[in-house]
Amino acid sequence: METTHRPIVVPAARAPAPGNEPGPPAEPLIKTEALALHYGQTQALKNISMEIRERMVTAFIGPSGCGKSTLLRCFNRMNDLIHNVRTTGQIRIAGQDINHADVDVIELRKRVGMVFQRSNPFPKSIYENIAYALRLHGTRARSRLADIVERSLRQAALWEEVKDRLHTSALSLSGGQQQRLCIARAIAIQPEILLMDEPASALDPIATARIEDLILDLKKEFTIVIVTHNMQQAARISDHTAFFYLGDLIEMNATSTIFTNPSMKQTEDYVTGRFG
Amino acid sequence: MHTHFEKELDELKENLLTMASLATAAVRNAIRALVDRDDDLARKVKQDDNEIDRHEIEVDEMAIQLLAKAPLASDLRLITVAMKISHDLERVGDESTTIARRSIELGQEPQLKPYTDISRMAAMALDMLNDGLAAFVNRLPEKARAVIPLDKEVDALNKQLQRELANFMIQKPECISRCLHLMTISKSLERIADHATNIAEEVVFLYEARDIRHAARKADS
Repeated sequence: METTHRPIVVPAARAPAPGNEPGPPAEPLIKTEALALHYGQTQALKNISMEIRERMVTAFIGPSGCGKSTLLRCFNRMNDLIHNVRTTGQIRIAGQDINHADVDVIELRKRVGMVFQRSNPFPKSIYENIAYALRLHGTRARSRLADIVERSLRQAALWEEVKDRLHTSALSLSGGQQQRLCIARAIAIQPEILLMDEPASALDPIATARIEDLILDLKKEFTIVIVTHNMQQAARISDHTAFFYLGDLIEMNATSTIFTNPSMKQTEDYVTGRFG
Repeated sequence: MHTHFEKELDELKENLLTMASLATAAVRNAIRALVDRDDDLARKVKQDDNEIDRHEIEVDEMAIQLLAKAPLASDLRLITVAMKISHDLERVGDESTTIARRSIELGQEPQLKPYTDISRMAAMALDMLNDGLAAFVNRLPEKARAVIPLDKEVDALNKQLQRELANFMIQKPECISRCLHLMTISKSLERIADHATNIAEEVVFLYEARDIRHAARKADS
C-alpha cells in the first residue's frame, strides 16, 4: 500500500487576493511526527506525520477502525486512560511536546476540549453543567460564573432556547440541544482546541445542520478537529481533510481538493463510496 | 437563520449577477459601437470579454465546491442552473465580441444602410436577457415564461434580414463583404436571443422544478 510518511504540508484553503499575500505560513498549532500507537500487539496508528492549522476546521475521515478517533484522543491524552496503550513519535501543540513527563495532563485537557458522539450532560441543571466545570477550574464568583455561562451558551447558539429555564435539568433538552450544551461546556473554559468525535452522528438533519453551522462560527475562535463518517459533512464544514486507512494517513489536503480531485486512488474510492 | 451554506449560495448568485451585468453591457456596447462607428468602444467590448470568461470559471468552481456539500431540492437546482446560466452568459459575451469585431471591419467602409432592423433585434434580445435575469433575481417564473415566445420574433427578424442582405449582395456585388459582416452580426443577435431563452427556461426549472425546454418548443411548433 502506498502511504505518505512525510509531514504533509496543507495548502492554504483559499489563495489570497493579489497584493494581499500573508507572510510565511504560521507554525501549525498541532504537529505530529512519526506518531505510532499500539493497543497491546495491535498497531492502531502507523507513522503519522501531519500538521493542523490554527482556527481552522480539520476533518478526519476513513472507514471504521482506521485510527481516526484514536488519533483524535492522542491530542488530549485521552488514550492514557486505556490500559496497555503504547505511543511513540511526537505530538507538539504550540511547540510543546504533550507526551513529555513535565506536562500536566489536566492543564492539557483544559487547552484541548472534547465533544463526543453521544451527548453526555451531567444529570444537573443546564446552568450547573457549565458552572460545574468552571468551579472545578477555580472560578467561584457568582456574577463571573453567570457571565461565562451566558457567553458560552450564546457561543454555542443555545442561549435563546434555554435562557428562561437555566435551572431545569439538562436531561430535559432535546438531543441536539444536549449536544450544543456539551459544546458550551467544552468552550466555557476557553480551550484553544476543540476535538469532536462524530458530534452529529446521533442527531436528525436539522439538529445536524445547527451543529455544523455552529462549528463554522466557532472556528473564528477555536481550532477544531472533527472525526466524521459523513463525507458531505466534512465537505461542508472543514478547511482541511485527512483520510486514514488501517492506521495510515493516506492523504491530507485542502477539503476542496480531497472531495473534487484527491491525489490517491484510495481516497477517491472512499469518498465516492466505492469502498470502506 | 442565515446559515453559512446560504451565505455561500448568495455569493454564487452575486457572482452570477455580476457576470450577467457584464454580459448585458457587452451586448449594449457592441451595438452602440456598430451604430456610432466607435472603434474604441468595440475594442473595449473585446477586452471586457476576458472578465466575463473569468466569472464563468469562478461560478463553475464555486458550484463544484457547493455540489460536494450535497445540497438538495431548490439548493441543488440553484447550483446546477447557475452553471448553465453562466455558460449562456459566457456565450453572450462571445457573440458580443463577434459583433464588436465585425463592427470594426465595417468601420473601414462607408455605412451600407441605416441599422434599423439590427437595432431592433438588439433591443429585443437585450429585453429578453434582462427579463430572464430579472425573473431569476425576483423569483418570477411567469416573467421568465413570457420571454420564451419572443425568441420566434427575433428568429423571424434575423431571417428577414438575411434574405434582404442576400438580395443586396446579388444587386451590388461590391457590397458583399459589408453584407457578410452584417449577416454575421444578425446571426449573433439571434444567438443572444437563444441564450436569453435558455436562461428563461432555466429560471422556470429553478423555481417550478419543471423542465420546459423541449415541451415549450414542441407546443410552439
